This record gives sequence, structure tokens and C-alpha cells, in this order.
Amino acid sequence: MLYALCFLLFMIGLYCAVVKKNMVKIVIGIVIMEYAVNLFLIMLGYRTGGQAPIVGQKDIAATGTELTNAFINSSVDPLPQALVLTAIVISLGSLALMISICIRTYEKYGTFDITEIRRLKG
Amino acid sequence: MIIFYCLLIFMLIAAIVAVETEKLLSSVICIGAIGFGASLMFLFLRAPDIAITQIVVEVLGLIILIRATISRDLTFITGDREFFEVVVSVVIVFVIFLAGIQVLQTLPDFGSPIFAQVADAPSNTYVSRGLGKTGAANLVTSVILDFRAYDTLGEATVLFTSIIGATVILRKKCRKKMEETTG
Repeated sequence: MLYALCFLLFMIGLYCAVVKKNMVKIVIGIVIMEYAVNLFLIMLGYRTGGQAPIVGQKDIAATGTELTNAFINSSVDPLPQALVLTAIVISLGSLALMISICIRTYEKYGTFDITEIRRLKG
Repeated sequence: MIIFYCLLIFMLIAAIVAVETEKLLSSVICIGAIGFGASLMFLFLRAPDIAITQIVVEVLGLIILIRATISRDLTFITGDREFFEVVVSVVIVFVIFLAGIQVLQTLPDFGSPIFAQVADAPSNTYVSRGLGKTGAANLVTSVILDFRAYDTLGEATVLFTSIIGATVILRKKCRKKMEETTG
């Protein structure tokens, strides 16, 4: 059910990116889709009653570098978290690129309306 | 469990307002609400690193978006595209919706991750051997900086490429000089 709500968020973003004709609205739709996908990936790794994948003092077994079974059996998945960390930073870069394209288009044509922008010239 | 539903419904309402409102500035502020809701959700999903990164990226992204919309808010663009385009778009959205519904059936239940059921999933190695192999107490750090360090290198490359692209698009000085010489 939580996955379905997250998918609904994705669909709202997709609708906004496909139907609207304001350039900034399209960028906003893409940003909403990015949030939904990041949230979905993190939710896939969640474990009920789990703990964050950070080793504390009490999680190290008495024998030395080995971890206790309690930590291994209750930690959430660290792999999606690492990859989503990468994806969030990349989404900031792509957002800056898209917005700079919008600003240049506004300077050249004086509007954000994509149906008005039909003349293509260098 | 209840807190996840509350946060997701809050984010959905904010998303609907962001899509349907007419003023661009209010739409951008709703994006900020979605982002901070997502950050809280990451915190409750036991991912504190993601929550911190999300807050930083959210603030920077809001600054960028407000830079694009401030003082340009006079251009109200209402209405959607032409009728035929809207019909085609809605059909595409509907097909993707049906495909997503099919995928939702195959997902595992919320709260029981896949790596706990598959014995040789890489996440098991990361969790059980991460501290011994890399010496990092934070397992996410050990994954991004040691096990998958090339991914992080590629991420830095993508980030620099996009910033170079934005700088090239937004620069003014050289373009004016070129126009003067040619014109």
C-alpha cells in the first residue's frame, strides 16, 4: 500500500511533466518524479523495527572485529541508501542544468510557454 | 507505520498543489514541502545520511528554482496543451500506470527486504564484513567510498559535466564579444 502511494506520487510528476506547457512546471514534474523514485528505493530496503546501518559500540562482538548477529539481523539495507545518495546529488546537477536552459530560453523568447517557442535559430 | 502514511499523504497533497497552482513561486514552495517531507521520511526509514543530504540538496535546489522564477512571475500561463496532444499524453500516462500496477503485485511486503531472503545478496556481505574490511563504522560510507568507489567517481564526473554545461549556457561575456566581431 505504501508502494502504491509512492507510485501515485510518481504518476503526479509524470502527468505534470507531460501535460503542462510551462517550462518550469515541466522541471517541477521531473523533480517530483525524482523524489518518488528515491523514496521507493529506500523503502525497498526498510526492515520493520530495523536500525540504521551504523555500527555502534555495543554491536561489536566480544571476540574482536566480528559483528553481533543481532545487528546483522536488524540492520536495514545499506546498498540502496548508498546508491540513492549518489542519485540525489546527481539530481541537483541536472536540476541546475535544466533551470539554466529555462533561464536562457526566457531571455531569448521572453516566455516560458513551450507552445510559443517555435522559432529555432542559433 | 502510521507516520509513513501521514508523510506520504502530506507529500501527495503538496504535489497536487504544486502541479495545479498557477503561480510559479507557490509551486516552487510546494516542491520545498515535498522535499522536506521526503527528508523526514528518510529519517524514519532509518537512513540518516540520506536525510542530511536531502536537506542540503533541497535548500540548494530551492535557491536555484527561485532564481529562475523570481520577477518572472508576471507571465501567467494557464491551460494545458492542445486537445490532441493532451489525449496522447494521457493515454501514455495511463499505459505506464497499468504497467506499474502489474509491477506492484510482484514486490515483497513492506518491511521485509529482499536481501534478508536471498542468501548470497551483496548487501549481506556489506553488512557483515563492512566494518572488518574497510574500518568504517557507517556502512553506507563503506559502500560508497570503498566497495563501490567507482560509482562515486562517476557521480563526481556527472556533477562536474552538468555544472560545466550550466556555466556554458548561462555565460554572457564571450558571447557578446563574438557577436560584436561578427556583427
